[in-house]
Amino acid sequence: MINTDIILFLLVLTNLRLLGAGRLGASVRTVAVQGVLLGALALLTHHDHLTVAVLLVALSGMVLKGVVFPWLLFRALREAEVEREVEPFVGPIMSLLAGVAALGASLWLARRLPLPESPNASLLVAVALFSILVGLFLIVTRKKAISQVLGFLVMENGIYAFGVGLVLESPLLVELGVLLDVFVAVFVMGIIIFQISREFDHIDTHELSKLRD
Amino acid sequence: MNPAPFIQPLLALLRAGLALALSPLLLGVINRTKASFAGRNGQPLLQSYYDLWKLLHKGAVYSRTTTWVFRAGPIIGLAAVLAATTLVPLGGLPSTVSFSGDLVLFAYLLGLTRFFTVIAALDTGSSFEGMGASREVTFSALAEPALLLGLAALARQSGSLSLSSIYSSLSFDAWLEVGPMLALVVAALMVVLLAENARIPVDDPNTHLELTMIHEVMVLDHSGPDLAFILYNAALKLWVLSALLAGLIIPIRSGNPWLDGGACLLGMLVIAIIIGIIESSMARLRLLRVPQLLVGASALAVVALILSLR
Repeated sequence: MINTDIILFLLVLTNLRLLGAGRLGASVRTVAVQGVLLGALALLTHHDHLTVAVLLVALSGMVLKGVVFPWLLFRALREAEVEREVEPFVGPIMSLLAGVAALGASLWLARRLPLPESPNASLLVAVALFSILVGLFLIVTRKKAISQVLGFLVMENGIYAFGVGLVLESPLLVELGVLLDVFVAVFVMGIIIFQISREFDHIDTHELSKLRD
Repeated sequence: MNPAPFIQPLLALLRAGLALALSPLLLGVINRTKASFAGRNGQPLLQSYYDLWKLLHKGAVYSRTTTWVFRAGPIIGLAAVLAATTLVPLGGLPSTVSFSGDLVLFAYLLGLTRFFTVIAALDTGSSFEGMGASREVTFSALAEPALLLGLAALARQSGSLSLSSIYSSLSFDAWLEVGPMLALVVAALMVVLLAENARIPVDDPNTHLELTMIHEVMVLDHSGPDLAFILYNAALKLWVLSALLAGLIIPIRSGNPWLDGGACLLGMLVIAIIIGIIESSMARLRLLRVPQLLVGASALAVVALILSLR
């Protein structure tokens, strides 16, 4: 059996990769890899009592996050004809250092939380918290609207990891509802990005704060 | 299988001698790999030995603007690397000298080498060499945390502060248990190896273009025996760092010194070939991107340390 530790560990690496990435395309692909890893995590944590519900949540998550979202985002990138650089407010080196600090903080926090009895729950909660923090960081420190969609997705991935790994019988409807919400959100944001870029010739959110009538 | 106790010191000396004798061969292996990738025959495997021999029989030229610092640079650099060589275990075999905390000494002996290379370069008064010195110091300041943090993760994992006991406690079981952490340390050490030895993607050892040189530019004014010392210094540096890496990757600890040492030597040859492949298949990174690579390696080492603290 493949250890779930390895998947969690790969999730940490994808988050660090996102923080250090210089190209938007690389970021989108990394988020796709993260989605597939999360599906695998769902399957592995429940591998001894695999139900249709778990399978459905894991596979639909994998397909949505691994294939559909990247396709939507790449389409938005292509149609908006934006430059491929990430253009962060905080450079890749400082982002990486912040990421390492966030990892330390989330491990420290996870050890102090009262957790249900579950193997390696502490590491799982830490990785989930870390993903949420990285998502927030990406939303705050990146200029382009598309990076903020990515940050939003990473945050959602953290919450998904939390739910899938800890709650043994997570209600199917809730998980699927969340997936649907995220799908609609990414779909709409893809369209909005296109509209913004058509209207203003860029998708720089920093410039949007100066809008007037 | 274990040899009698009185042979141990002899074996330790033999291992030290092995490093002295075989280290230029690694440079030859890298060059041959690159040559075969480029479709050339390449220089002989023993070319580094010929170069060293030739340089040692030449006279040295010293500029009138240089002082004793310039002459001391290569000698102290070589001495520091020789001292570092005695601290490095060959796979599971203990190093010639080992004590608690020797990994810090190891890191700073490498630092001392670099320091003297840099001030010898600055001593020439050439602005060109000053530029190389500045780049070298910038990059090594970023590579050093990766090395120290990686070693710290290993030390924490094995609960000991001496390179020899860290490496002798590694095994296949350790890889099964904390594989991800060890893999992170391997990745960090690989980047350190490439950076410390002025290899692609950090620096190009072959380039003689002004804007791209880092290490090569600092040794431009050295000639004759001094240059031989610097070449030998580079070979030994490659040897010690690839010994550290090979000892991590190949955790064969059978207790038979010939098998353990042989496996480690084989691993070092493979690492030399891998370096050759990296050099043939990658371009040098832009100067601005190099710090990102090195900080990335440090970040990996920190993650390894955090995982080992868990």
